[in-house]
Amino acid sequence: MKRDWLPLLLIPALMIGALPLIGSPASWVTLTVAGLAMGLMIFIMASGLTLTFGLMDVLNFGHGAFIAVGAFVAASVMLALAPWMTADSIWLNLAAIGPAVLAAMVVSGVLGLAFERVIVRPVYGQHLKQILVTTGGLIVAEQLLKVIWGPDQITLSRPTALRGAFLFGDVAIEKYRVLAVAVGLVVFAALALTLNRTRIGLLIRAGVENGEMVEALGYRIRRLFVGVFVVGSALAGLGGAMWGLYQETVTAAIGAQVAVLVFIVIIIGGLGSVGGCFVGALLVGLTANYIGFLAPKVALGSNILLMALVLLWRPQGLYPVAKR
Amino acid sequence: MAEPLLSLRGVQTHIGRYHILHGVEFDVAEGGLTMLLGRNGAGKTTTLRTIMGMWRAAAGEIRFDGRDITHLPTPDIARLGIAYVPESMAIFADLTVQENLVLAARSGPPDQKRLDWIFARFEALKRFWTLPAGLLSGGQKQMLAVARAIVEPRRLLLIDEPTKGLAPAIIANMIDAFRELKDGESTLLVVEQNFAFARQLGDSVAVMDDGRVAHQGGMAAFAADSALQQHLLGLGMGEHQ
Ligand SMILES: Nc1ncnc2c1ncn2[C@@H]1O[C@H](COP(=O)(O)OP(=O)(O)OP(=O)(O)O)[C@@H](O)[C@H]1O
Ligand SMILES: [Mg+2]
Repeated sequence: MKRDWLPLLLIPALMIGALPLIGSPASWVTLTVAGLAMGLMIFIMASGLTLTFGLMDVLNFGHGAFIAVGAFVAASVMLALAPWMTADSIWLNLAAIGPAVLAAMVVSGVLGLAFERVIVRPVYGQHLKQILVTTGGLIVAEQLLKVIWGPDQITLSRPTALRGAFLFGDVAIEKYRVLAVAVGLVVFAALALTLNRTRIGLLIRAGVENGEMVEALGYRIRRLFVGVFVVGSALAGLGGAMWGLYQETVTAAIGAQVAVLVFIVIIIGGLGSVGGCFVGALLVGLTANYIGFLAPKVALGSNILLMALVLLWRPQGLYPVAKR
Repeated sequence: MAEPLLSLRGVQTHIGRYHILHGVEFDVAEGGLTMLLGRNGAGKTTTLRTIMGMWRAAAGEIRFDGRDITHLPTPDIARLGIAYVPESMAIFADLTVQENLVLAARSGPPDQKRLDWIFARFEALKRFWTLPAGLLSGGQKQMLAVARAIVEPRRLLLIDEPTKGLAPAIIANMIDAFRELKDGESTLLVVEQNFAFARQLGDSVAVMDDGRVAHQGGMAAFAADSALQQHLLGLGMGEHQ
């Protein structure tokens, strides 16, 4: 796995391949940055889900609930701090975004802990029940969001400092997208370091391969799983908050909508592989933006097509995880 | 007489709807090496997995060091000082050789002296120290699986077919290693198909047949009784064409 660079090359290949089709280099740069930003936000939301599947074979169709809750919580905090959001100081803007994002992560993380206890734990090892019960959890969560925040969409505007674009000649790059890329790369680096350089990471990687053997070595895989589940939920909350700010609207359906992309990404990447999830997310983000520009009518299906192509090439995803 | 380190009484194990172990009973004396023999499908692997709690005994009792471990979770059983080398080896393919051993050493980084002792017997592990374990050859994986169990001192080693796929020179090294472990800190319960290896190494023997222990006793007596071997293992002249 460590030596398999081929899937990584797909990203530059896709970028270079899109350039002549798009024609204008300025549009190409804008679309590419947009694609990377979208991909990295999806990566943030998907990374935890792929690990929880890898560790305990748990298919959590309710993951979108954490995304939605993150978006709503962050939106509420930002609306409450509206004066700081609209202030002309980047520090005041950040003083509003920081707590909003933190609150989103904490609430989603706590919700994840409860979700694991109440909904996932009773159905360990039973795939069909997992799908039914976690989907049910998502529906309940969506309805609860409507009860708490009302049925209407919340409009959210980005803080002053994150509006508009950086201009380089005739190339425009939205500021918010640059921030999304930066946050996504930080999350990826943190996850990669944790997985590759710490003992917990070693346990997670071993557990994804063969949890039973990790237990036979004397480690409690369930605890590890709960920890990963909570961190994954918190990251989903972070991603949801970022997505809400990206769309500048938040609705109760946001979770279910984004979750489709999240599932496509983890299937493309190979279930259980964070590296695969990263590559898959970038491919999905780029494809969505390029196709959205070139052929808006087929944009919706483009990610499904991408997934089908990847699976034709590697039926287990880009980075299949060695399983017991 | 001292209580055995490990004892099984009336152990019954079901896998799904199959009833595999029908009341397994045997003892493993402390400080010795007990060989668990038996034909293919006799239930040896199932017995080791049941001791580790990886299959659950539906009835009966498993005692280790004076305590009932029948219903303990697998990690707790391991933490009592029991290490397991599965028949499938179950090395972590995406982790390097080093990472496999670091993970197996629960109480801190692996002790260098002990690593040198392991390297002296399984030289390949030193050579491929930073290679993902999935790229090792079959025999090298087997060495790693054994090394993982002995990277720290453990009271009881459960080892399922350690010689599978190994060259004779490495088997000789393994015999040395097991003898040293037995004379020092560990008690061993080893499943083996290679009877020459088993008789060289075993102090005592338990022979399984169809989910039960059909014979338990000293290795010397069993090795001398070719009629019994023939009966329980199907060994002997007649079986080999
Ligand atoms: N996962 C399983 N599901 C169903 N039956 C199983 C399973 N594992 C083992 N068995 C059955 O249990 C019986 C005992 O198997 P076990 O692996 O314990 O035998 P063994 O003595 O280790 O054999 P071998 O020498 O071939 O390794 C066999 O009949 C086998 O078919
Ligand atoms: Mg076996």
